[in-house]
Order: sequence, then structure tokens, then C-alpha cells
Amino acid sequence: MEIIKEFKIQAKDFIHAGEGSMEIRNTLKSAGLEADLIQRASICAYEAEMNVVMHGGNGIISMSLDETGLVIEVMDDGPGIDDINLALTEGYTTAGVEVQQMGFGAGMGLPNIVRNSDIFNIYSQKGKGAHLKMRFRIKK
Amino acid sequence: MKLSDVKMILKAEVISGDDKLDIEVKGGAASDLMSDLLNKSKEGALLLTGLTSIHAINTAVIGGMVAVVFVRGKKPDKAIVSHARKHKMPVLSTRFNMYQSCGRLYGKGLKSIEWNS
Repeated sequence: MEIIKEFKIQAKDFIHAGEGSMEIRNTLKSAGLEADLIQRASICAYEAEMNVVMHGGNGIISMSLDETGLVIEVMDDGPGIDDINLALTEGYTTAGVEVQQMGFGAGMGLPNIVRNSDIFNIYSQKGKGAHLKMRFRIKK
Repeated sequence: MKLSDVKMILKAEVISGDDKLDIEVKGGAASDLMSDLLNKSKEGALLLTGLTSIHAINTAVIGGMVAVVFVRGKKPDKAIVSHARKHKMPVLSTRFNMYQSCGRLYGKGLKSIEWNS
């Protein structure tokens, strides 16, 4: 059986930021997945969702789960990423002070996603938003 | 150790989650930078932070942590407390600073969740 969920992400809405990821986490828990996978997927979803909110784009976070695996995708119409390799470097950030006061913008978001996903793809162009695809294997 | 032990060691006030003091705490994690905590799963950990933002609660939930302790006498506002209640995340506040809080807990046997040492 396939489970598909989708949530909107609003630019600069720091109050509701993370709600989509929390819902995804609850869905994965209800589906009875193992704890380690739930943690890793939740971290990836949350970091990706926060990125959209922080960098000022509107977007969508979605998940699709079936017996072959879990896919979480985040798409936004924000400013996009100029240099993806640089953005994947730990500690590199373009986030402002407002974001850093909330405990984010330390340049750890994308590296955390790379570390916690099984397969990670990122597509982005400056001025054209970003599309993150995170895949997770499910142990049989 | 149990969350009730944490409360005693840190002479902490329980802001929400009075009914969850018998939860088992497997280790500790401390940071004001949420992304530093989200490097990997912190399943079963206690979160010590000086960041009284809704994202401290979110980070604890997302990371699989069992409770949040705000250090340096910081108290979260009502919106954060109700957010924590909604997500069943116990919240405590201690007058000790971060260094003292970690030291007190470590000295009583609560090790780092990450390295287990």
C-alpha cells in the first residue's frame, strides 16, 4: 500500500515551520517503520523544510511510502542555490541574523541531509528555486 | 536515569510534563544551534539549550529526544509551552548555566548520547 502526503511551506513563517515534517514523522510512526529510519527521515524533512522557510521561498514538502522505500521531496520557488558544492560544505551559510537567532543558519542543513538520507539529489539554479529529493531504503 | 533525577540534579522547575517524570533519559545533548543537534538521531536524549524558541521543541521532537531543559533560568513563553504540550514534550527550566548543567548531569552518570562516553 502506498501512502502519499503533501504539505505547503510558507516563506518566512517561522511559527508554523516544521509542521509538515512533524506530520510526516507521525505518519512514519503510524506506519510502524523502525526508529532509526523515522529519525533520519524526520531530520532530513525538517532541515529541508527550514531551508525553504529561511531562504524566503514558498514550497511543498511531500512524502511517498511504499514497500520499496520512502521518498521525501521538497520543492520551492525561492532564490535558488548559486553554488551547490559550496552549499553542501559544512559551515557555509547565506542565512541572516534573524534565522541564526532561531538556532539555524549554521551551514549544517544540507550536510545533515546528506548524512541522514540513503540517496540525496538536489536540483537548483539561481533565481529558479530548489528541488530536493531524499530517498530511504526500508529494511525487509 | 529518569527525568525525575534530572529535575533533582538541576533543581529544575517542571514547566510542562509533570506526569512524565518517570521517563528514562538515555543520554544528554546540549546546544543552542539546532542544526548541530540534527547531525544524527538523538533518540532518548535530554536536550539542554538556552534557545527558548519553538524550534527547540521541534528539534527535540524531530530528533527523538525525550525532554527539553532550558538553562540559565530561561522560561519559554505560553505559545512555546502549549506547542510542547501538543507534542507531549516535557519542558523544564534550571537556574544553572549550560556548563554547570552538563557538568552536574555528567557527574551523576548521564553521558553524551552521541558518543556514549
